[in-house]
Amino acid sequence: MDFFITLLRSMPNAVGQGLIWGIMAIGVYLTFRILDVADLTVDGSLATGGAVCVLLTINGVPVWIAVLCAFLAGMLAGLATGLFHTFCGIPAILSGILTQLALYSINLRIMGIGSGSVTKASLAVSVNDFDLLVSQRYIRDLSWDNPLPLLVVFVVVLIALLYWFFGTELGSSLRATGSNPSMARAQGINTKFNTVLGLMVSNGLVALSGALLAQYQGSSTIDMGRGAIVIGLAAVIIGEVIFSKLFQNFALKLLSAVIGAIIYYVVIQFVLRLGLDTNDLKLLTALVVAVFLAIPYWKGKYFSKPGRKGGATHA
Amino acid sequence: MLEVKQVYKTFNPGTINEKTALNGLSLTLADGDFVTVIGGNGAGKSTLLNAVAGVWPVDAGTISIDGVDVTRLPEHQRAKYIGRVFQDPMMGTAATMQIEENLALALRRGRPRTLRPGITRSEREQYREMLKVLDLGLEDRLTAKVGLLSGGQRQALTLLMATLQKPKLLLLDEHTAALDPKTAAKVLDTTERIVQRDKLTTLMITHNMRDAIVHGNRLIMMYEGRVVIDVSGEEKQKLTVEALLDMFSKVSGSDEADDTMLLS
Repeated sequence: MDFFITLLRSMPNAVGQGLIWGIMAIGVYLTFRILDVADLTVDGSLATGGAVCVLLTINGVPVWIAVLCAFLAGMLAGLATGLFHTFCGIPAILSGILTQLALYSINLRIMGIGSGSVTKASLAVSVNDFDLLVSQRYIRDLSWDNPLPLLVVFVVVLIALLYWFFGTELGSSLRATGSNPSMARAQGINTKFNTVLGLMVSNGLVALSGALLAQYQGSSTIDMGRGAIVIGLAAVIIGEVIFSKLFQNFALKLLSAVIGAIIYYVVIQFVLRLGLDTNDLKLLTALVVAVFLAIPYWKGKYFSKPGRKGGATHA
Repeated sequence: MLEVKQVYKTFNPGTINEKTALNGLSLTLADGDFVTVIGGNGAGKSTLLNAVAGVWPVDAGTISIDGVDVTRLPEHQRAKYIGRVFQDPMMGTAATMQIEENLALALRRGRPRTLRPGITRSEREQYREMLKVLDLGLEDRLTAKVGLLSGGQRQALTLLMATLQKPKLLLLDEHTAALDPKTAAKVLDTTERIVQRDKLTTLMITHNMRDAIVHGNRLIMMYEGRVVIDVSGEEKQKLTVEALLDMFSKVSGSDEADDTMLLS
């Protein structure tokens, strides 16, 4: 019985983390599913978002503006990856790795600004001293300080904005770029520009998520984004596995990534309560993502029904 | 309308796979010309179309469309002037997007992509009417994903997309080659109809000599990266497959004359 009570008590926190990482998962969805690029920048840009937001906040910048600046910093990270890829011709996955690595140094320096030392590996921001948007401390409070309502509003507004954007001429051309680049170019679409734009929006969202996460946990740390891409992919894939039949609408597909992130954190809480070591989480996450990515391949290779279009072999 | 002057293109220069695909090719198309292009494998037919479309830069020479030098324009900017249908039915459409979304993308070819709605209600009606003309039942499936369509349906749709925004030049790269004979005939028929209706300047590659003779007002044959035969008008109307093969063996100095060209 105690087990379920502690599990239940941990649920609000799981949902809170899930919502914040859900925003990150939306960013991953944009690159991974829409642009058809696995963008590894996010491990770095998440921490960049946290670092920029906390640095500005503790220096007296209103927290809303700090979050906005974090979003812009993330876009810059996306721009770097985009230019590596389109202007320098480096494969997308490697471009992301390069930016991510570079961001490690940059993030250390950002957090070191004004501290007396050149670099710093973490930066604390207390909800006692600053008027933060979200804080884990109030996650079980029944008051307006509780971060959950605001996070839900955040997610809904972001999905609404993205839904609008991807319905515009520009947004449609971005979807076409990911779906079929040669068709897109033949229809006069600048696929390079669109790829850069997509990476920028995606990393902006990831950095926004990092900014909220840093406030939520009360500090930004250099390694807060480690393995973020895998968590984002896990959220996207969990969402798709559960809701792909039900959710056809684009807004609902984005929502399914957020719900996927919430489910991910609920499951994590569950296995932690069962006694799993926290340090084994990344191993578990990686294995789960690997299996779910493999399933469509296995389905095609080992379980395709003969006689179906494309599946038949002509002996 | 189209002026290709002394264009050279070599793939993989300096390697064992070096291949001169266009060897000083020149070609001029008048407004409204419907030119069929034939030639054996590796003659440079597709390379010619890709050079005009701007898939990659050429090594030397100039290409201009309607008086505009497009030699240095990237592919997506040339698309303003050019409609294209590829050999591979998968290449011309976005499979994960709806039929109407694909058409809406094509309608905006050559225009800046803004933050206005990607598709409007009045367009939908227009698309429905256009799809009716194809006679493939697509007019009732506007919101179906293109990935669900057959190869023939996708080619017909690509053709519609290429001509939706009237192009100065229509490039057809063996666009019926991957289809079964019945579907191929239907798509070719639709092509003929659209080209006649809009009086489009067209360059159509085909591997089928009969099609090359029947369609268009002018026929060119390519060999080793150059135009070696160029017939038009009455001369073309009198052309037979045998005569064409004869001309080819004279030019190429071999009487193999590509059985493949005759057979297909």
